[in-house]
Amino acid sequence: MARVLVGVKRVIDYAVKIRVKPDKKGVITDGVKHSMNPFDEIAVEEAVRMKEKKLVSEIIAVSCGPTQSQEVLRTALAMGVDKGIHVEVSGPDYETLQPIHVSKILAKIAQQEHIDLIIVGKQAIDDDSNQTAQMTAAVLDWPQATFASKVEKGDKELTVTREIDGGLETIKCKIPAVISADLRLNEPRYATLPNIMKAKKKPITKITPQDLGVDISPRIKIISVDDPPVRQAGVILPDVDTLVTKLKEGGHIP
Amino acid sequence: MFSSLNRARSLLSLIRYYSSEVLPQLTKDRYPNIKRGNYAVLTQDHLQYFVDLLGRNRVLNDPSDCETYNIDFIKSVRGYSQCVLKPQTTEEVSKILSFCDEHRLAVCPQGGNTGLVGGSVPVFDEVILSTTLMNKIISIDDISGVLVCEAGCILEELEHALGEQGLMMPLDLGAKGSCRIGGNVSTNAGGLRLIRYGNLHGNVLGVEAVKANGQIIDCLSTLKKDNTGYHLKHLFIGSEGTLGVVTKVVIHCPQKPTSLSLAFFGLESFDNILSTFKRAKKELGEILSSCEMLDAQSLNVVKTHLKLKSPIDDYPYYMVIETSGSNEQHDEEKLNRFLEGVMGDGLVMDGTVTNEPGKMRSIWDLRERITEALMYDGYLYKYDISLPIKDFYSLIPKMIERLGSDATRISGYGHIGDGNIHLNISVPKFRQDVLKKIEPYVYELTSQLKGSVSAEHGVGFRKPPYIHYSKSQNSIDLMKDLKKMMDPNNILNPYKVLPF
Repeated sequence: MARVLVGVKRVIDYAVKIRVKPDKKGVITDGVKHSMNPFDEIAVEEAVRMKEKKLVSEIIAVSCGPTQSQEVLRTALAMGVDKGIHVEVSGPDYETLQPIHVSKILAKIAQQEHIDLIIVGKQAIDDDSNQTAQMTAAVLDWPQATFASKVEKGDKELTVTREIDGGLETIKCKIPAVISADLRLNEPRYATLPNIMKAKKKPITKITPQDLGVDISPRIKIISVDDPPVRQAGVILPDVDTLVTKLKEGGHIP
Repeated sequence: MFSSLNRARSLLSLIRYYSSEVLPQLTKDRYPNIKRGNYAVLTQDHLQYFVDLLGRNRVLNDPSDCETYNIDFIKSVRGYSQCVLKPQTTEEVSKILSFCDEHRLAVCPQGGNTGLVGGSVPVFDEVILSTTLMNKIISIDDISGVLVCEAGCILEELEHALGEQGLMMPLDLGAKGSCRIGGNVSTNAGGLRLIRYGNLHGNVLGVEAVKANGQIIDCLSTLKKDNTGYHLKHLFIGSEGTLGVVTKVVIHCPQKPTSLSLAFFGLESFDNILSTFKRAKKELGEILSSCEMLDAQSLNVVKTHLKLKSPIDDYPYYMVIETSGSNEQHDEEKLNRFLEGVMGDGLVMDGTVTNEPGKMRSIWDLRERITEALMYDGYLYKYDISLPIKDFYSLIPKMIERLGSDATRISGYGHIGDGNIHLNISVPKFRQDVLKKIEPYVYELTSQLKGSVSAEHGVGFRKPPYIHYSKSQNSIDLMKDLKKMMDPNNILNPYKVLPF
C-alpha cells in the first residue's frame, strides 16, 4: 500500500484582518491567530480518506517553519495523519523561504520516507505562490496532477479530475506522483475530541533543512509590502437626474 | 420558445407566491381586538414640519420606502406607518418628540429592527423614529474601558472599533451585524456573553434619553460608581422605548481576551448537559465565557436550510462552550483537563475543539443562525423563556405532545448558563388554532415553574397580555404609574409592554 506525504503550512487564519508592518517589510504575525492553510487541510482530508478506504498505509505530514508550525502538525495528526515532521526554519530564514526551498525539502523527505504520493494544497493563502506542487514534481521528476477536484487511486496509477479554465479535465498519471488539492476536492473534517487526544501521543520529528542537505539561502529580497488601495466611500444621491449628471461628469456614460 | 415562455410564467407566479408570502398580514387585521388609540392622523402639515426640521432626505413617506420599517425581522407583524424620520442629533429627536406630543402623534422608536416580539415596528400608523443615522462613536477610553456612543451604532461596528483598542462589547448576539446599541439598551438585550459579563443593567454606565415631551434626560455618566440619587438610567434600560428614546449610551467594556477557544459537544441526555455545565463552571472557572445548548431539531434546521455542516455525528443534544482569557497556555491547560474529564466520564460522547478563528466562526454559526434558518420553515411561534435550570428543557416534550403533527418543528436551544431557553414552534403558515393551543398554555407552564415569560426578548407587542404571568399586579400598576408620569399622552411606543 502507498505511503503518502502531505505538506501543511501554518498561515494567518483566513478570518483575521491582515496588517502590514510599519517598516513595510512584511505583515504583522506576532500575536496573530494562525491556522493550517485551508488548501492543505483539503490535502490532509484527501489523504485521510484514502487511508480510510485502505488505499494508503501511512500518512506523514510535513511543515516548514518556526516552532509554532507544530500546532498545524498536531491538527493534521488529529485529523488522521500518522506522524509529523517539523522542518524548523525560523527568523529571517523563514521570511525568505520560498516554494523552491520547500519543494526541495519535500522531495528529500519523500525519498527518505519511500513516499508514493505527495499531496499539497494548490497554494497557500498567505503568499498565493501556487508553485510548490509543480516544483516538487520537477525536483523528483514525477508526474504532477494539479488543481485536483477528484482523485481516484488505482494500484499503479491515478485518475485525477482537474479544475481548468472553463471546465474540468480528467487525466491519468503513474504513481509516484504529486497532487495539488483544489477547493472542491473535499470538505475537510473537524478534528474530533477523541482524535485530538490521540494525536497528542503521535510522534513529531524535528529536523532542519541542513539535516536534509537543502540550501535555504534566500533567492529574493523583500523590497516593500503595501496595503491594497482603500476603496473610496460611496455617496448617496437624491435622485436619478443627479446620478446621470455624476456619471456624465465622471465620463462613465457619454 | 415555448419552454422559455413557460419558464417565465412559472417564475412570475413564483415571485407572486413569494412576495405575497413575504408580506405578513397587517397587525390591525391579524389582531382585530386591538384598537387604534385616539391619536392624530399624519397630515401634510405634520410632514412639512418634519421636512423643514430634517430636510427632504431624512423623511421617508413613500409607502415602498416605509415598508421595511413597518415589518419586523421575523415577519410576524406589520404596521402601515407612512412616515419614517431619521434624526441625526439628540436635539432633533427632542424636537420631533415635543412636536408629536403636542400634536398627539404616536411614535414608534426603531433601531436595527431585529426585535423578536414586535416591539420595534408600528402596530398601526405610528410615526417611525429611526436611529440609523445617529451612529457616531463619541469616545473610547482604553484605560477605563468606557465607550460613549450614539444610539444608532451597530453592535458589530462597535465591536470592531473597540477591538482596535484591545477592548470588546460586554454583549454579543446573533443579530450583531444589524442590531443597534440603542435598541440593545432599550430592550436590555442578553445574548451569548451574559453568563460572563452580566446584563446591560450592570454594563451601562450612563444613558442619554429623550422623554415623550422632548425633554432631554442627561444621565451620561462615565463613572463606574455614582450613587447620587435615583438611578434613572435603569428606567430606560429594558423599557423598550415606552418611557423615552435612548439617544446616547455609555458602556463599560471589558478587555478583549487574547486567547479564545470554542468546543462543540454531542451529548446523550439533558442530565448530561447539566452535569457538563456544572463541571464547566467549576473547572473552567473565570475563563468560561459562553455556555449554550441546542437540541437535535435546532441543529437540523441549520443543516437543512443553510447547508451548514456539523463537526460531529448526530446526537440528541449539543453544547457550545467558549473560553476566553489572557494566557493561551493557561487556558488550554484548563480546557484540556476539562475536556478529558467530561469525555472520560462519558458525559460528552463526541465533540471538537478549536482556537482557529475561521473554525470558531463556523461553529458559532451553527448556534447563532438557528433563528434565521427557522424562518425557512414558514411561520414561527417564538418563545424566550427563563426557567430554573433543572426544568430548562421541560417545556419541549410537553409542547411536542400537545401539538403533535400541527407543528413542522419544535426546537429548543439557548443559554443554558443563564437558564434561558428559546422555544420555537414552526408551521408552514400562521394558524390561529395552533396559536390557541400554544398560548396561554406555554405561559401557564412557565408561571407554574416560576419562570419568566420573556427572558431577554422583552415584552414588545406580542406579550403584554402575558406579563402578569411573571409580574405581580402591584408591580404592573407601578409600571403603569411610571408610564403615565413620563408619557402622559401615551405617544411613545403605544400598544407595547404594558397590558391595556
